[in-house]
Amino acid sequence: MTYIAKPKLHHPSLVKNKAGYTRRDYEGAVSTLCAGCGHDSISAAIIQACYELDILPHQVAKLSGIGCSSKAPTYFVGASHGFNTVHGRMPSVMTGANLANRDLIYMGVSGDGDSASIGLGQFAHIMRRGVNMTYIVMNNGVYGLTKGQFSATADKGSISKKGVANSDESIDLVSLAILMGATFVGRSFSGDKHQLVPLIKAAMAHKGAAFLDVVSPCVAFNNHAGSTKSYDYVREHNEALNRIDFIEGREEITTQYAPGTMTTVQQHDGSWLRLRKLGEEYDPADKIAAMKRVQEGLQAGEVVTGLLYVDPTPKDLHHHLNTVEAPLNTLSTPDLCPGPAALDKINASLR
Amino acid sequence: MKPTDIKNPDYFHKVVDCQWACPAHTPVPEYIRLIAHGRYSDAYMINWKSNVFPGILGRTCDRPCEPACRRSRVEDEHLVKGKKEPVAICRLKRVAADYKDDEGIKAAMPKAPAKNGKRIACIGGGPASLTVARDLAVLGYEIVIYDQDPKLGGFIRTQIPHFRLPESVIDEEVGYITGIGNIEFRHKKIESMKAVLAEGHDAVFVGSGAPRGRDLDVPGRKEASANIHIGLDWLSSVSFGHISKIGKRVIVLGGGNTAMDCCRTARRLGGEDVKVIVRSGFDEMKASPWEKEDAMGEDIPILNMLVPKEVTHKDGKITGVLFEKVKAEYDAKGRRSLIPSGEPDEHHECDDVLVAIGQENAFPWIENDAGIEFDRWGLPKLNEKSFQSTNLKVFFGGDAAFGPKNIIWAAAHGHDAAISIHKMFCGEDLDDRPAPGVNIVSQKMGIHEWSYDNAPTIDHRFKVPHRAKAEALKDIMAEVELGFDPKLAFEEAQRCLNCDVQTVFAGTLCIECDACVDICPMDCITFTDNGEEKELRLRLSAPAVNPTQDLYIGNDLKTGRVMVKDEDVCLHCGLCAERCPTGAWDMRKYYMEMAQAEQVCRKH
Repeated sequence: MTYIAKPKLHHPSLVKNKAGYTRRDYEGAVSTLCAGCGHDSISAAIIQACYELDILPHQVAKLSGIGCSSKAPTYFVGASHGFNTVHGRMPSVMTGANLANRDLIYMGVSGDGDSASIGLGQFAHIMRRGVNMTYIVMNNGVYGLTKGQFSATADKGSISKKGVANSDESIDLVSLAILMGATFVGRSFSGDKHQLVPLIKAAMAHKGAAFLDVVSPCVAFNNHAGSTKSYDYVREHNEALNRIDFIEGREEITTQYAPGTMTTVQQHDGSWLRLRKLGEEYDPADKIAAMKRVQEGLQAGEVVTGLLYVDPTPKDLHHHLNTVEAPLNTLSTPDLCPGPAALDKINASLR
Repeated sequence: MKPTDIKNPDYFHKVVDCQWACPAHTPVPEYIRLIAHGRYSDAYMINWKSNVFPGILGRTCDRPCEPACRRSRVEDEHLVKGKKEPVAICRLKRVAADYKDDEGIKAAMPKAPAKNGKRIACIGGGPASLTVARDLAVLGYEIVIYDQDPKLGGFIRTQIPHFRLPESVIDEEVGYITGIGNIEFRHKKIESMKAVLAEGHDAVFVGSGAPRGRDLDVPGRKEASANIHIGLDWLSSVSFGHISKIGKRVIVLGGGNTAMDCCRTARRLGGEDVKVIVRSGFDEMKASPWEKEDAMGEDIPILNMLVPKEVTHKDGKITGVLFEKVKAEYDAKGRRSLIPSGEPDEHHECDDVLVAIGQENAFPWIENDAGIEFDRWGLPKLNEKSFQSTNLKVFFGGDAAFGPKNIIWAAAHGHDAAISIHKMFCGEDLDDRPAPGVNIVSQKMGIHEWSYDNAPTIDHRFKVPHRAKAEALKDIMAEVELGFDPKLAFEEAQRCLNCDVQTVFAGTLCIECDACVDICPMDCITFTDNGEEKELRLRLSAPAVNPTQDLYIGNDLKTGRVMVKDEDVCLHCGLCAERCPTGAWDMRKYYMEMAQAEQVCRKH
């Protein structure tokens, strides 16, 4: 944290986006996390993504649970809605909020403790229900607030700051999310904004359950030799499968690339994902192949990053339930109480 | 790009824009902080050491520091509601002089040691000579200063009206120098350089200024000469009380600061309809913007693009001046020429004309065979570093050296000439100039605490209170500017960004977590692949578009990338260092003092 607020002065070249805001306008309160925390970099990436997407801050709802990561929403997009919910229970609150008002942009921010330990059940269910949201886990593999015990995502065999090896199997949230039916799944690293920002933008444009697992080193308790979530380890073992460019708008991409170096995916809202291949052949639309590749990476000790799985035509919770288009708070009394005639009609249909 | 060599004292010096721009390289942010702390005497002494005349300069300096001030590049028009403005550095200097402990300062002044047997003559009693006298008297030299006027000070005393610079301030600061001892003032106009050399001085310093005012050469000039005055001479006569009146309608010719002093003085001596008439356009005038403002504030219109053509007169008395209207035209190289606009000439009636169209160097008293060579512009041929003339015993400084500049340049020249003179007697190479004294110290006090106020304010520049116009115009001795009071001075001082507190980067400690990149309010910092400067400048977090400002390149990073920091718009808020988990960034105060004569010849 810092004692002074970030000065209001800014670079003279700062420009406003289509919504009329500069990038600085998407900032929140000054962070109280430890200096060097990866979470602050993820916050900065979210700020950048929201700025580039011309998002209106008051149309964003950011919900979080409890923990270091769950403090982070205070530090970005200050002029939006949101609160810390109950530990591990952010998914159910977000599901409810989404049902009540589908017009907002939902962002769930959680940590490895909040999502993989106390909230694992809720995590699984929000994915299988297909809530339209961007769910970001700031994953550092330790309980930072309680001084560095292993969390459920710590890799088996990784060494704690005290020098003890983790004997438990780790939970891979990416595999779980794909298995549970999330329709946009990616992994990235807080220290690589070039990869992270377009992933967040694409996830926010995705009309379904989008999940991003962002490895975010804990500088206080998990950035030492022997840790598998340190800056050095992630940089050395990062296997980026693709580089994604997120392109708004429905225009066909005409830029020419050498054949086999790029795949394009058009999302349901018309936005394009241009995936530049980095080495191996990888098709993120193939769910089975994605699960296989992620598991192989785990076996090999790689940190597989990039856009790992995407269903370009997802169906969300509202679609499954056939709910009303309008947010519930905009429904009038005649909508909600259509009168005895309508009731009679319903009753008649049930006879 | 190559990694930045921060061991080169120029690198961080250049980051302190004000200090770099100042001819005397006064450590500006340091004294501004001291003013904020209420330590006016300490702030005064830093100035006194560096520029010798803080009280005088705090009222009259041409302020090369202010256009350079980083503040004017980083302010946000919307937050300050108007123009981006530098810190009022000059007027803060005056605060140090106004509120210092006079007795304490007097006691702190150096005293001359036993004489070392060398005698130096200084010709002219202005700021350059006084600086030489100060720097050498404390080393045991015996100084003799000659001046044609009865009191020391030179143009400071004769040209600057007392409503801008009270005489008491001059007396005080000249007194600090003469009070050192071993300094003798001889009220005598020097008519012959050879005669001075024959007096057996060990060295001679010429600080005689650029004392000749350029005259007007148009028809009618001679016939109406009773009412046409050369500005420089006229101001001097006013200063010494020989002139106390002028006609009601006055035309001032010229667009420099002397013209501004002439017109404002005329307003106080009975001039009711005073106007300044200038050949060039308003923006190209040589006068400082604030001096033009002050003149216009005293109901003096400035008329531009008018070239005097003829002085009209009747029965030996002036009736006015006829002007030709011109317009500016630029050739392919951007050079300006003034050509007649074709409009009818303008006649302006007047009772007196003050001519302030420039000043020149004049050395009629230096004989051709005195061993001093001059260039084709009539200026002495000098070694630009040592200020030594072709007569190795004779040195020049101030306006006498390179033509008309201003007081702060004179002080800077004086320091350098004093170093040269001292080195000459120690038998050292005059071209080998002493390095500055540099001290760089971490300002970290705690995890998030620094020994300086690191939160930048967003206040707009505070205005110096002025005396009410009616009152000011009544009395030529009444100082117009009242100076900042301590409260305003504090608030203005807080606008200083502390650019001398440097961001120092150690790549070996960096873990490339991006914390500094994310927190930097100015998007100054980028971690990226190295490249050529031109191309690198464009692919940073924010483009580095000011090529006069350096990029700080840090290397030794594990990923092989480099840290690039654009010094241009850094607020020195220290947030990069506060957010740095490993101490790879540190905020270190860079204090740099130019060497003076005292610091050379130490081995002797």
